[in-house]
Formats: sequence, structure tokens, C-alpha cells
Amino acid sequence: MYKQFDEILTRINDGKLWDFPGGVSPQGKKELSNTTDIDRLPLPKELYVTVKQHIGVEGHVEVEEGQQVLKGQLLTKSMNPFAVPVHAPTSGKIKSISPHVSAHPSGLPKLTITIEPDGLDKWTEMTPLSNYTELPKIKTVEAICSAGISGMGGAGFPTHIKASPKKDVEFLIINGVECEPYISSDDRLMREHAWQIRQGIDVLSHLLTPKKVIIAIEDNKPEAIKAMQVTCQEQDNYIVSPIPTKYPAGGEKQLIQVLTSREVPKQGLPVDVGVIMQNVGTCFAIADAVYTGKPLVERVVTLTGEALNAPRNVWALIGTPIEHLLKQADYQEKRQRNSKVIMGGPMMGFAVASEQVPVIKTTNCILVPADKELPEIGDEQPCIRCGACADACPASLLPQQLFWHSKAKELDKAQDYNLFDCIECGACAFVCPSEIPLVHYYRIAKSEIHNQELEKDQADKARERFEARKLRLVREQQEREEKHRKAAEARKQAMSSDKGDAKDKIAAALARAKAKKAAASDEAADASPEVTGKQDKVAAAVARAKAKREAAKQSTDSEATTDTAEQPVDKKDKVAAAVARAKAKREAAKQITDAEATTDTGEQPQDKKDKVAAAVARAKAKREAAKQSTAHQADATTNDMQQTDTDTSVQAEPTQPMSKQDKIAQAIAKAKAKRDAAKAQQQEQDEK
Amino acid sequence: MNFTRSSSPHHHIRRKTSEVMRMVIYAAVPGLMLQTWFFGWGAIVHLLLAVTTAVATEALFLELRKKDFEKAIKDFSAILTALLLAISIPPFAPWWISVLGTFFAIAIVKQLYGGLGFNLFNPAMAAYVMLLISFPVQMTNWTPPLELAQYSHGFVDAVYIIFTGFSAEGYSLAQLKTDIDGFTLATPLDSVKTELTMGKTLTESLQSSVFSDGLSIGWFWINCAYLLGGLVLIRTRVINWHIPGGMILGMLALSLIMYGVDSDVYSSPLFHLFNGGFMLGAFFIATDPVSASTTNRGRLIFGAGIGAWVYIIRTWGGYPDAIAFAVLVMNMAVPLIDYYTRPRTYGHYSEHKKSMKVAKSDKQP
Ligand code: SF4
Ligand code: SF4
Repeated sequence: MYKQFDEILTRINDGKLWDFPGGVSPQGKKELSNTTDIDRLPLPKELYVTVKQHIGVEGHVEVEEGQQVLKGQLLTKSMNPFAVPVHAPTSGKIKSISPHVSAHPSGLPKLTITIEPDGLDKWTEMTPLSNYTELPKIKTVEAICSAGISGMGGAGFPTHIKASPKKDVEFLIINGVECEPYISSDDRLMREHAWQIRQGIDVLSHLLTPKKVIIAIEDNKPEAIKAMQVTCQEQDNYIVSPIPTKYPAGGEKQLIQVLTSREVPKQGLPVDVGVIMQNVGTCFAIADAVYTGKPLVERVVTLTGEALNAPRNVWALIGTPIEHLLKQADYQEKRQRNSKVIMGGPMMGFAVASEQVPVIKTTNCILVPADKELPEIGDEQPCIRCGACADACPASLLPQQLFWHSKAKELDKAQDYNLFDCIECGACAFVCPSEIPLVHYYRIAKSEIHNQELEKDQADKARERFEARKLRLVREQQEREEKHRKAAEARKQAMSSDKGDAKDKIAAALARAKAKKAAASDEAADASPEVTGKQDKVAAAVARAKAKREAAKQSTDSEATTDTAEQPVDKKDKVAAAVARAKAKREAAKQITDAEATTDTGEQPQDKKDKVAAAVARAKAKREAAKQSTAHQADATTNDMQQTDTDTSVQAEPTQPMSKQDKIAQAIAKAKAKRDAAKAQQQEQDEK
Repeated sequence: MNFTRSSSPHHHIRRKTSEVMRMVIYAAVPGLMLQTWFFGWGAIVHLLLAVTTAVATEALFLELRKKDFEKAIKDFSAILTALLLAISIPPFAPWWISVLGTFFAIAIVKQLYGGLGFNLFNPAMAAYVMLLISFPVQMTNWTPPLELAQYSHGFVDAVYIIFTGFSAEGYSLAQLKTDIDGFTLATPLDSVKTELTMGKTLTESLQSSVFSDGLSIGWFWINCAYLLGGLVLIRTRVINWHIPGGMILGMLALSLIMYGVDSDVYSSPLFHLFNGGFMLGAFFIATDPVSASTTNRGRLIFGAGIGAWVYIIRTWGGYPDAIAFAVLVMNMAVPLIDYYTRPRTYGHYSEHKKSMKVAKSDKQP
């Protein structure tokens, strides 16, 4: 069953591949766009760089509104192994950092950095790594990560994670299949930039040390096959393998099956069967990152469809709004009764919400079909159980059963029929004679199941949180008593000892900075959708923002706010907090009176039950702010803005449901608070 | 500008359910023509009656269920049901047979179960069985092929007989069943069955005038026509080969074995395959997707089951032909077959082994 390396190799060398079940053969329509060179476009008026463009968590925004950035400058920073940064696609001014319609089927707004190009397109300084073979591998992996590269063919999985697997790699498969109709961006890239793609493959193969590198290309792209063969001929370990044209041969799982006959186990990864797969576009970007130090700021996008007068492939900057691309391709609105633009191909792409949707790193195609070309599907008719869908399914599912149970909301049964093994390729809906939008039903069922799980999770978490809180309150009470006792002792001692030295002050500052970091991560935790009440959210956000500002102010004042460090965040922070507390306590000995006055400012509202606490915090924070407003003119601008922003939301909070403005205000407040926290961290490092 | 939103895929093959049904109907035309050629116009008259009844019944019920009947009728499924029933009943059965049967098929078997896609049983065959059990005399009154009959009859005769029981010239159905020598002729399957029960050998019973060279006159060619139509359907991917293939294999296997055991008592595979409604059943009736199995392995089993049942009932059962019974029996087994023939989903290859491994490792901490 599980074919061994040697057997697979012989078959690949002989060009005798395996097959995957099902599949369909829609018309290719690639000739619409693949006959001309990849074109360069003029700069758009504005670029919308979505902060999170990949699978994983978003990076931390590193720039502020109004700031000038250079092309390739880091906009977000990766804080987590699953975060991939984004870079400025051109030089210009940051116009805003706010939610903007996203390149997602839902079209929901996501945090986006809007850049107004200055037209100079001036690059930031680049640090190539051309001697990567002599450096430790981790350097190269880091370079790939900080160049912002995530999978450019499919879902956008962070490339650096795939480039440092924990298991041995037998096959590195370079996916140049491009099985979706219409799309030709990889085709053109291979024809025109085969050398650079090979350089990228070289880097990957250095990192992964695979036993064999297979470059898989569908046999309907003879020119690309030729180009890759020529560039790879002196690498004995590389083989270019033409594979039969059939949709969805380019799906990761299907391609692995075609080339190796192995199947990725369910819930497993390709590396579990000794395979790593990368898209050709990703290889190109890796070569850019390693050899020239260029981050990923543009990609090839196919503009195609019969409603465009000038279909072709173009280099599109990440963040380019679709509107700009449509204009460049001479979009003929009258050829569509209802305007419809598809991002991606006709089988798996999604219809975008508006013309302001930006290009992201995974955008390979903008398809604008004329009415006759891809007609709207008619009304759904009853399933006649013809089984055409099952014959077409590459995952060997029974789509009609999935449909039946999804429609009847029998979610358990749908899962029994392996709903989650559906790759949403659309082959079933493509062949269904009753024109049932099968994939749509599956998506709904999947998200319903996710929601149910989330709800269950939430209930569990709420209970946990409640219990944790009870414990914490008890502990805090004890700690406070202990502190008072110690403070009293310290007071006595202070009478006799000399004044604190400079070292103590630094220590105290450090403690405060840590506390702030704790607060920042606490907020990050809160940002997840677990907090339920909207109003509570507002209240919490306001309180947090204020508390943080407070903290920032106090750091200059060097007033000891002993309790700020008391947040139970994570282990590391706890230790830090403990140290900080100890130090702070010493500080407190000097400033007994102050310490008692501000004990509670830092207490963070942790859940909805903390509304009261939040209110208290707010009140205190306000009082504090009033007290200190005169003392600190330095931060005046930002603070003022924050003040107004937060005040609006405070007013709105008790009665009305949150309006859009408030939401934005809240988001801004959060973003600012985060930035402040980040700054504090920076400070902390500087101090070290 | 507001864009239209729709869910992927945005691309669809251009073959609708109605086209599938229509193609099945077209593919049955050669067989229907041969049937008319050999047995007279009765089938056509019944077809007209059945189609009218089917459309009227469907419209009535959809109206009652407050659904758009125009669209539903355009899917041609009711018409296909009517066609299959009309060509299955004896050509000169009285008019109310096809009317009643079609009404039963559409109203009870299809609409009361929820309409197209929800019926558990093949409507045409369920109706056929209902008729056969309720009206055994009318349902077994087959006239012999025209070339053997004493009296010839045309379209007008057919209409007369169906509505009045007598041809335009006043011959009764019983008279029409007689051959040139005045003997009443039975269908080939009937005649073999009766002769065998009378203790004759197969060779002797094949001497009857309804056979030539051991093959049934008329029936052989009709079966060939349906086979041809069926092959076209497979070629154009309207149906999969699995059900007819399974059915032919099932029949072939059983009849070969029995023929090998005693060729004096058991008819040859060829006799069985090209007799009665076998090919019609294999390519047009058993392939009704709604009531058949949906997995490819399941379809093979489903088909083979029907083939075997047809043989069993023909040979040892009480009815000369048995497509309808066999189909209904296997319809009942479909949920079971479907459940046990689920294809292995991608990536689930070692599920069984893995779960065993997990179970083991659980035991040894
Ligand atoms: S293709 Fe459509 S009609 Fe046929 S079984 Fe699948 S869902 Fe039903
Ligand atoms: S969308 Fe899902 S069910 Fe349909 S063919 Fe693809 S994998 Fe199978």
C-alpha cells in the first residue's frame, strides 16, 4: 500500500504516474491570458495592505498613521512562529490603519494599513543572504519568514514553517500544476523566470535536504515544462514531471497521490508521508528574499475573463485594489448584467464583495466572466441521487449524502460521512445535473459545526475562568494583606535606613515596563471573541486603554504602582511580575503614601463580571488623569486623541448598542494601547 | 459598485436533470419501435395514456403541495416513469390498467414519499407489481408477435381493443392470441415454464412456435434494441455501467451454473438475457438513480442482486418474468448496500489499523 521511495522514483523516471479518483475536465481557457509577457502596471492611488494574509496569527503593527515608509519596509512584526509580517509595497505615507474590506469570501473588514504612494517607489535597505549555504540554516529560515513569504498557491500557509519540518523529507514537490481553468500566472512565471524559480528551489533543497525534488507541471503547459527542464538539467536531483491534465490535480493531496500514490493521513500533514510541497511562485519569492533581500511585496496576478478587453498577467503590488486592476485590463461593464468579479479560478475562487478588495499574497487570478461565459446557475432541483458527484469527487466522498445531511442539519451524520475531508474543490457541484450548490451547503455545515464547538468551548472556558477568578481574588486578598504588613515593616525600617539608590529606581522602572507588557498580552488574550457582552467589551477596552496610558505616564513619574504587576498572565510573566513586585515593594518603602493611593489602577477587567471593577478602574484612571494632566505635556497629542476617542465610547456605552464609529474608536484605542505597550517594551530593552 | 456574490464553483457542466431524463427516453425509442413492430400499436396507445395521466397527476399533486409544477414536469421524470410502465404492461391490456398504474406510480410511490429524489421504490416497477397482484388476468394477457398471429391488427384495432376489449373488426383479445392454427399462444417465458412443469425437456419446450432457433421471436430483437440504447447511455455517460453490468453478470453467473448442472431443465444464459424485459430492466429500469444504490461498488451489488433475483423467480418462482419484483426487493436493500459500500475516503486508509493500534497502546500505558 505505502510505496517505498525507490519504487516511486522508478515510476516517476519512467513517467508512469498514478491517478487520483474522480476529477473533472472543465475547459482550460488559459489561452485567454497566457500568450503575452507579464506586464508592469502604474502605481494605484492607494494600497490596502491587509495585516493578516495567511493562515495563522497576525503580526504586530509597527508603523503609525502619517508615517513615511519606504518600499519593502516592515509594516508588521512577527511575534509568533505562525505570524508572517507584511511590508510596504511601495514608498509613501501611511494614510490610515483601520478595518477595510478584505479579500475573503465573507468580505468582512479586517485591519488594513492604507498607504498613499509617493510615486518614487524607493526601496528600503536590503540585506541579501547570498552566502546562505555557509550560514546556519536557521538564518535562511528567518530570512524567509521576515520576507513575509507564505504559500502563494493555496491557503497561504507560512512558508518558513514548511521549510523547517521536524521530520525527514523524501520528496520536495514543486507545484506548477495550476489545474484551475483560466489561471496562468504560474505558467507565465515559469516561462519567464525559470532561473529564479530554480534558485528558490535550490534554497529549499538546501534547507530540506530531500532525496528527490519533483517539479510537477500539468501537460497542457509545454512551454513551462520546457523552460523548467532547461534550467534544472544540471541538477541531477531535480526532475520535471509532466502530469496529466485533470482538475484538481494541483490540489496538494491529489498531487501527492498522483506522484507518489501516498495519501496524506487525515488530519495529518504532507510531511507525514515524507513530502513537502511548495508552489512555484513561493520559490520565486524565496529566491528574491535570499539572493536580493527583497521581501514579498508583489506577485503575478492573472487578469482574465471575457468581460476584460485586455486580459493578461501582471505584476500586482500586494494591496492593489481590484478597481485599479480592472481599469488596467479595460473592464467592459456592459458585458455583465450583474457585475461579478471572482478572485481565484472558476472552481474554487470566490466572488469579491467590492472593487476596493485588495490583492493579497494568495491572489493568483482576477476573473471577470462575461454573462454567457460562466452563466449563473439555475434554481436548485431535487437531488436525483445520480451519483455523478460521487464519481467526480477526488476525495472519494459521497457528496450527495453530505448534501443530504448538511441540508437536513444532521451535522453528526455529515461528519460521519467525513465532511471535513472535503477539500471544497467544487468538482461535485460542477457535474451535478440538478444544479445544487453542494459546496455552499458544505461550507455552511462546516461553519455551523465550528460554531457549535466554539460555543461549547466558550462555556467550558467561562466556567474555568469563573473558578480561576475566585481563586485569584482570594490570592490577591492574601497578597494585599501581606503587602500592607511588609509595607508597614518597611516604613519602620525606612526611618532608619538611607535613601534609595539609583539602582532601585531602574529596577522599579523595569518592573513597571514588565507590568505593561503583561497588560499588553492580557489585552491580546481579551481580543479573542471570548468576551461576550458588547458593552462590556467597550468598557473593558476603555478601562484598559486608560490604565495603560496611566501606566505610561507613571513610568516617567517613577511612582510605584505596586499592583500593576499582579496580572496572572503566563508563567514567564508571572515570574517577572514576582521579581517586579519584590523590587517595587522596596520602592514602595520610599514612597509609602503614593503607593497606597494608586494600588488598583492596573487591575484589568478580565471578564464580564468585572464590569464593576472596570468602572472603578475607569473612575480611578480618570481621577489620576486629571491629577496628572498638567504634569505631562509631552505625550499631549496622542493622549488627547485617545481621551476624546475613549470618551465617546464611554458615553455611548450604557444605553446604545455599539455603533460603527464606536467600534472604530475602540479599535483605534486598542491599537494605540498596543503600540504604547510595545513602546514600553522597547524602552525596557533599551534600559537593559 | 456592488458586486454579485455567489458561491464557488462558478462553473458548471451543461447537463441538467431534465436532459438526463430526456436522453434516457430517447434511448428507449428503438426498443419501443421494435416492440410496436412485433406486437402492434398497443404499447404506443398505452404510452399516450400513461404520459397524459402522469403529467396530470404530477401537476395535481404539486399543486396540492403548493409547488411549482411547471418546472417539475419539465424535468421529464414523470414522463420517463410513464414510458417505462407503458412498455412493461401487455400491449392490449385495458385502458384503465395504464391509467391506474401511472396514477399509483406518481401519486403514491413518488409524490407521497416526497417527490422526485425521495421515493424509495422505483415508481414504474412498484406500480407494475401492484397491477400484477391486483389484476393478474389483464396483466398477463400478452398477444403473440404479429407474424405468428392469426389475425393482424393496426393502430385503430389497438385503440378499440384497449378501450372496448374488441378490435375494430370485432375480434376479442382471446382470438387475437391464437396462432394461424387456432391455438392460443403464450409468451416464450410462460410457455417454457409451463412445458417444463409438465415434465418436458428444455429442447422439447423450445419446439413451440414462439421460438425460432431457440430464441424468442420478437423478444430477442427487442432486447437487442434496448441493449443498444443502453450502451449509448453508458457511452454518453448518462448512466454508469455498474448496474446493468452487475445485473448481466448476476444473471449470467447463476444461469451458467444451473445450465451446467442440467441443460435439460435449465434454460441457457442467452435465453435468459434476451428474453422478457431483461435488457429494458438492466439499462432503463434498474438504473433509475433515485431508488438505486449510489456508490459504484454498491451499484454492482445492486445490479447483481437484481440479476440473481430475476433468475430465481423465473426459474423457481410463481411468475414467468420478474424484473419488477427483483427491482423492488433490491430497492429495499439499497440503504444497507449504500452503508456498507461507502468508498474509502482519501487519507483514511489505515483508519481501521490505526484505531486498533490506539486501542492496543491504550491498554499498555
Ligand atoms: S450529482 Fe447532484 S443530483 Fe446527482 S447525486 Fe449528486 S447531488 Fe444528487
Ligand atoms: S467539493 Fe468536496 S465533496 Fe465535492 S468533489 Fe470536492 S472534495 Fe468532493
